[in-house]
Amino acid sequence: MTAVEAQAVGKRYGRTWALRDCTLAVPSGRVVALVGPNGAGKSTLLNMAVGLTTPTTGRLTVLDGTEPGSSTALDGIAFVAQDTPLYPNLSVADTLRLVANLSNRWDEANARQRLADLDIPLGRRVGKLSGGQHAQVALAVALARHPEFLILDEPVARLDPLARHDFMAVLMAAVADEGLSVLLSSHVVAELERVCDYLVVLSRGQVQVAGDVDELVATHRVLTGPAGELDAVASAFDVVHAHSAERQAIALVRITRPVPTPAGWRLDETNLEELVLSYLRAPRASALPGPLGERRAMSA
Amino acid sequence: MELDKQGSSAIAFRLDPASGVPPYQQIVRQVEDALRLGYLSPGDQLPKVKDVVAALAINPNTVLKAYRELEHKGLAAGRPGLGTFVEAGLDVVPLRDLHSLRRKLVKWLDEADEAGLDDESVSALISSARHEMRSSKRMTAS
Repeated sequence: MTAVEAQAVGKRYGRTWALRDCTLAVPSGRVVALVGPNGAGKSTLLNMAVGLTTPTTGRLTVLDGTEPGSSTALDGIAFVAQDTPLYPNLSVADTLRLVANLSNRWDEANARQRLADLDIPLGRRVGKLSGGQHAQVALAVALARHPEFLILDEPVARLDPLARHDFMAVLMAAVADEGLSVLLSSHVVAELERVCDYLVVLSRGQVQVAGDVDELVATHRVLTGPAGELDAVASAFDVVHAHSAERQAIALVRITRPVPTPAGWRLDETNLEELVLSYLRAPRASALPGPLGERRAMSA
Repeated sequence: MELDKQGSSAIAFRLDPASGVPPYQQIVRQVEDALRLGYLSPGDQLPKVKDVVAALAINPNTVLKAYRELEHKGLAAGRPGLGTFVEAGLDVVPLRDLHSLRRKLVKWLDEADEAGLDDESVSALISSARHEMRSSKRMTAS
């Protein structure tokens, strides 16, 4: 069961490739984080999954081989675009009425209940809502369509910490309730660790890392030791990225089988943020699953 | 004082992102602590997954993983359609043992103090010794 599958997908805008040779299979029923620097191709990939743009090369399908933008895909997928665009002059109630008329699936009671739980007044104009309320209305509208697959582009980038927490809480409660697949992009990694269980790192238009978060964290370690011994130690490990001060060196390494810690070195567990940053600093290193061949990690 | 009532759960969880302990293990430990301290006893229902998820804004799988671990330890059991319930209490360490351990620790802390270690150094030493103990246990286990 896949939520999104991309085979050698490329997208060219004029002379620039936003995505190139992008191959990916995102399992369904997961909360997937799509991370990468600005301009890595995140929004392009999301827009393709929704059917707002088409690949220049290769093929991309959603919901087990369905063509993006087809009526099956449109019914099963909800999309919350960047900055959660809504009509500022409509009231919240009118917004609900509009979406009800535009959707095949619509659960009015669900939307109203969710907004009531959040104390968002139905009569207020959308333009008068706070940033957090605005985002919650967009999320409530998306969830009331009972999508199998919810795609969100930078949903919390502009929200304050409390609004971010509340937004993610509603999203996670919906996942617990309905078991929908979620794909959300972000360039803020720290807050994704609690929320996401599958990670995709895009860098310069290509998939650099893809996999289960727990598995990725479990198969990477941080080595700390004397800078002079770094080269010798690095040769025995798959080093993703290393940085060295005058006396001490720190390296993020990939470990696929038990290895003894070199004498005089420390081997510590890592976290999602450190892992993602290390890969982004080493664009030539990658960690990819199955069909793309054996997992590989190269020193950059 | 503002007080948010969190559903009908017996206990509430919190996550410390700086602890370095994986979130699911933090939940496991907090249930164990609640058992030791008497907030939970056999027969009590653990907080519903959806309530925990909504309170902490975390992935539901994290809570499910924690509850599975508690089931694996024999502390909790899932009842289909109802939730997860406390199955057994935790053996509380006998007071006599605690006193003896504490005496030894105080003696050790005195020695550390005489050797010139400050609080941070003591904490660092303890955590690295625990780390060593755990990894050597893991080595012999595997």
